[in-house]
Amino acid sequence: MHKGDVVLKEHADKREELIRGNLSYNDITDIVCKMPETSIRNTNAYWFIGLCFSFSLMVMFFASIAYLIWTGIGIWGNNSPVFWAFDIVNFVFWVGIGHAGTLISAILFLFRQDWRTSINRYAEAMTIFAVICALTFPAIHVGRFWCAYYFFPVPNQMAVWPNFRSPLLWDLFAVGTYFTVSLLFWYIGLIPDLATLRDRAKTRKAQIFYGILSIGWLGSVRHWVNYERAYLLLAALSAPLVLSVHSVVSFDFATSQIPGWHTTIFPPYFVAGAIFSGFAMVQTLMLPARRWLNLKNIVTIKHIENMNKIILLTGSLVGYAYGIEFFMAWYSGNEYESFTFINRALGPYAWAYWTMVSCNVLSPQLFWIRKFRTSIIISFVVSIIVNIGMWFERFVIIVTSLNRDFLPSSWHYYSPQKWDFIFFVGSFGLFFTLFLLFVKYLPVIAMAEVKSTIANSNNKDGHHDQK
Amino acid sequence: MIKNRSLLAEYETPQAVYIAAKIIRKSGYKLWDVFTPFPVHGLDKAMGLPASRLPWMVLIAGITGCVSISVFMIWVSVYDYPLNIGGKPVWSILAFVPPAFEITILFSALTAVFGMFWLNKLPRFNHPLFNSKRFERVTNDRFFIVIDHNDKLFNLQETRILLEKTGSINIELVEEKEGD
Repeated sequence: MHKGDVVLKEHADKREELIRGNLSYNDITDIVCKMPETSIRNTNAYWFIGLCFSFSLMVMFFASIAYLIWTGIGIWGNNSPVFWAFDIVNFVFWVGIGHAGTLISAILFLFRQDWRTSINRYAEAMTIFAVICALTFPAIHVGRFWCAYYFFPVPNQMAVWPNFRSPLLWDLFAVGTYFTVSLLFWYIGLIPDLATLRDRAKTRKAQIFYGILSIGWLGSVRHWVNYERAYLLLAALSAPLVLSVHSVVSFDFATSQIPGWHTTIFPPYFVAGAIFSGFAMVQTLMLPARRWLNLKNIVTIKHIENMNKIILLTGSLVGYAYGIEFFMAWYSGNEYESFTFINRALGPYAWAYWTMVSCNVLSPQLFWIRKFRTSIIISFVVSIIVNIGMWFERFVIIVTSLNRDFLPSSWHYYSPQKWDFIFFVGSFGLFFTLFLLFVKYLPVIAMAEVKSTIANSNNKDGHHDQK
Repeated sequence: MIKNRSLLAEYETPQAVYIAAKIIRKSGYKLWDVFTPFPVHGLDKAMGLPASRLPWMVLIAGITGCVSISVFMIWVSVYDYPLNIGGKPVWSILAFVPPAFEITILFSALTAVFGMFWLNKLPRFNHPLFNSKRFERVTNDRFFIVIDHNDKLFNLQETRILLEKTGSINIELVEEKEGD
């Protein structure tokens, strides 16, 4: 620790401990490795029920994708002029959820927020699984799935290249890079912890599995030097990346000429919404995991409270964006723009608009009160409400802007069909299957990082006499 | 036939290994290393390690990514097959910014990760230290110093005494036999 990092003793004593219960390094290892080391027979029944349920949904999802590719996207309710509906709503919803993982792992790391170490691992896992779900939707919504390689700049028989001036292509680059970088970041963080599991493994299968994944990590300081540098660089690269990804997603809308989409507020508005929905999803996943995996000393009320504060902040930012959109619609004096917004709030989709406002703007306001911020049940309920609200936000943005376009004769009330719901629910099956497998087979807490947090807090006056 | 041998000294806390590392460095050893379950800040300086070369590699990769995708996009959109879309100019440099940014990040991130593997000579699935039972705790809660027998100052007795003096709680000899 450098001199500037030293926390004065009287301040340090007043602060709440990040890790409770005076755990030793070995205690941390034991707590985190318990789940991966439990044999399948002794695994919690809830885990099995959850896996069976989500696995069935996932099978349904893949079967419906096969049916979609066989039949065509006519099975969805999309129809003129609403050509984008559940497919793009789900895509934006899932990409947005991913953003919290990167925010926690990269931006909070750069700001030296030590509390992140207890939650970053599954927030990052959530990012990867959410982006996988997100990527399936644009891939299947093209209709001719076997032509999806047109997205990529590969030489083909027509000699034509993708249009690099198109925001849809930017989106491919942004989300593709985002997925790759998130996966690398997650894996890099996992390596020391996988080595822990390798060294403790009792069965041959576990030794081989964790042995290969941990690539022979030994914890040499010569390795740690490069490792920490790589981790810092990835954090520094991911921070602007995560802001760019949802900005680029918002360009898909903002560069078009549809009233309600063609605004400059979209990039920051989308990024705030993404972080908001992602933190809510982290809460939704973390609160049950914390209970069933006995992580209460590592993920404390303080962590939950911090998360709720960010939900309150980003929820209010989103509310401000809703307000500014209306203000600009009026202030611009553009009649199409004002019509779109009046139509949003009072038109045929008013029910969706007001669901969105009450879920996203009103419900997080509960967190002004400390009692609610620190209540597990209220945190859990609000996190689910926020997830619902953020899904509706994308629905409102996409469908209400499209359903009444410039030509009143083509106005059409979009209503989702059976298949729209099946795909939406199915994507949750994919997400939760991946998540449950992660919880069972990989360390859900970044053990090495938590241990170094403990080492630092045990030696508040700086543990080495560095001059 | 013994191919390689080294002395393995165990410590209980990061502070203990930090102090020990300073002593070993002062004694003039070169072929030695410290192993810890988590990064202990300041230990690299105590060992006298140079800074990582990784940032330079990443910078070069990032510049390469940015330049190559920009050249590619301009060649594709302006020279090889210009597309007239709504009469918009083909030479629209602003539209090329998002892909150029993303590819810069992608190249840098891949280099950060695989460059780190390369500098650390990973993956390496076999290592003499895996033969030590006690060393298994290096990824849990113990800290180790390893001194290689190829070091000019290495002497089984003297080095052992020096390690004992640094406050090690257990010292053992790790040997790699021919064919291991």
